[in-house]
Amino acid sequence: MVGTTVDEPTQIQSQATVIPPRLEVAEDRRGVAEDFDGLPSEISVRDLDFFYGKEQALFANTIEIKKNRVTAVIGPSGCGKSTHIRAYNRIFNLYRDQKARGEILFDGDNVLSSQIDLLDLRRRIGMIFQKPSPFPMTVFDNVAYGLRQHYRLNRADLSNRVEDALKRSAIWDEVKHKLNEPGNALSGGQQQRLCIARAIAAEPDVLLMDEPCSAIDPVATAKIEELILTLKSKYTIVLVTHNMQQAARVSDYTAFFFQGRIVEFGPTTKIFSNPAEKQTEEYITGRFG
Amino acid sequence: MSTVVDVRRVPPRRRSIARRKATDLVIKTFSWIGAWFGIAVMAFIVYEVVRRGAGALNVAFFTQATPQDVTSNAGGFANAIVGTLAITAVAALIAIPMGFLGGVYLAEFGRNGHLATAVRMIANVVMGVPSIIVGVFAFAIIVKPFQHYSGFAGSVALAFIMLPVMARTTEDILNLVPNELRESGLAMGAPRWKVTLGVICKAARGGLITGATLAIVRVAGETAPLLFTALSSPYWMTGLFGPGGFFGGPVANLTKTIYDFSGSPYPHWQQLAWGGALVIIIAVLGMNILVRLLFQRGKQW
Repeated sequence: MVGTTVDEPTQIQSQATVIPPRLEVAEDRRGVAEDFDGLPSEISVRDLDFFYGKEQALFANTIEIKKNRVTAVIGPSGCGKSTHIRAYNRIFNLYRDQKARGEILFDGDNVLSSQIDLLDLRRRIGMIFQKPSPFPMTVFDNVAYGLRQHYRLNRADLSNRVEDALKRSAIWDEVKHKLNEPGNALSGGQQQRLCIARAIAAEPDVLLMDEPCSAIDPVATAKIEELILTLKSKYTIVLVTHNMQQAARVSDYTAFFFQGRIVEFGPTTKIFSNPAEKQTEEYITGRFG
Repeated sequence: MSTVVDVRRVPPRRRSIARRKATDLVIKTFSWIGAWFGIAVMAFIVYEVVRRGAGALNVAFFTQATPQDVTSNAGGFANAIVGTLAITAVAALIAIPMGFLGGVYLAEFGRNGHLATAVRMIANVVMGVPSIIVGVFAFAIIVKPFQHYSGFAGSVALAFIMLPVMARTTEDILNLVPNELRESGLAMGAPRWKVTLGVICKAARGGLITGATLAIVRVAGETAPLLFTALSSPYWMTGLFGPGGFFGGPVANLTKTIYDFSGSPYPHWQQLAWGGALVIIIAVLGMNILVRLLFQRGKQW
């Protein structure tokens, strides 16, 4: 069984004592109080360059993704936020003309090395996409997909883990009677939480979220934001968002990207209240982007 | 910027409403005529074949072999129906798996590579090759070396026609599956082949089955490729091997038999040919309509 099984959605709520008031950065956000350098890093990115064919999209990105924290990646459209996190799980390898150069250290190994076991890397670094993308199968089989791929489980264990993942994704109550219905029969917001359940079922260490709320309505967005805050006790989360309020609400650290470079990276409270760079300030205050 | 652009307000263009309505009417009328012309031709063919062929469809038609005695009114097309089913089924067994895999290669792996581009172009060319030439090709590679006609040679000819159709259809349908689904599958740590078969092809299954069925329907009515290969026979197919077998000799089939019988001077034989034509039309139309009804939802991607 999974380490901490949460049975009731109310318990999930109670765990999330750090839910900040909306639309402003919580004062007690751990990012400020803590010693950044003292926190363990889950992923260390050093001098990451990225190319679409001959066109360079990322320039010398260097960033530390802290363990069990939410790191938000913000910036105007086309600044390279998605490109940046798509390098972490090497999903860009699907496209022949895309190349990454530099170091992405994860658990001591360079993710960009040809020696890396891509399948295990992707189990350990899960990804949620902008558009909810349930597989063309039942709700149950969607969540079981990664479990079946990466673990040998008997039937009872499999269904326990599926249930657990759905509970931890705060969607169990909505789908417990629909486990054998097709995943794409759910609403958009439910589909997105189903995709989160599918990713966390495989027991990853990191969750990459690429604008997970941009295709769903505000109520569903609120649910996913709450979910992110509960999930960070167990996972390291990197959240790409073009919604600055969202970054302020859920993240501990924020990286501001502009034209393929990381302009500023630091505690979310500092980025949103007292940015060091002029470009960051102009973006935060809505003067451009 | 030194050039000054003139952006003064100009009055919007005024059109005569009567003229606009007239233009609209003319376009609508021509479209309507075009659409109904196609439907009318189709309806006329079906009507005429039903009118002349319905009378031939009786128990004997579906149970007896083609007649050899011109004076009797006995005989049917059963041997030809069986032969066509066998030839088409074997063609499908050869071409559908190969075409499917080829299409998967084009859509998922080859994409814009040199090999895929070449294969795609060749497939397009082969689709345009006249079917009689495909028949001659099958004659050269199967009939000539084995020194006899055979149902199998007919299947090879039909498979050769189906192969590019199946490959291109598969490619087109897989291309409709959004890339997010590919990425989601790979992001779960599943290998590429598993994502392709278990997620991508599953998402496209309705379209793939429709495509395969339409590829079969496409060749079921072919005559020319069979002229040099399966030829025709007044007898039942007698198993697989030997002079009367699928691999061993000429095999009766609907299209070639219709061709022979429609040209005969005997009214009963001509009647049988109309019956054969009706059977093919019903089968082809029926399959078309059936898959479209069953798998309309398959086009959701």
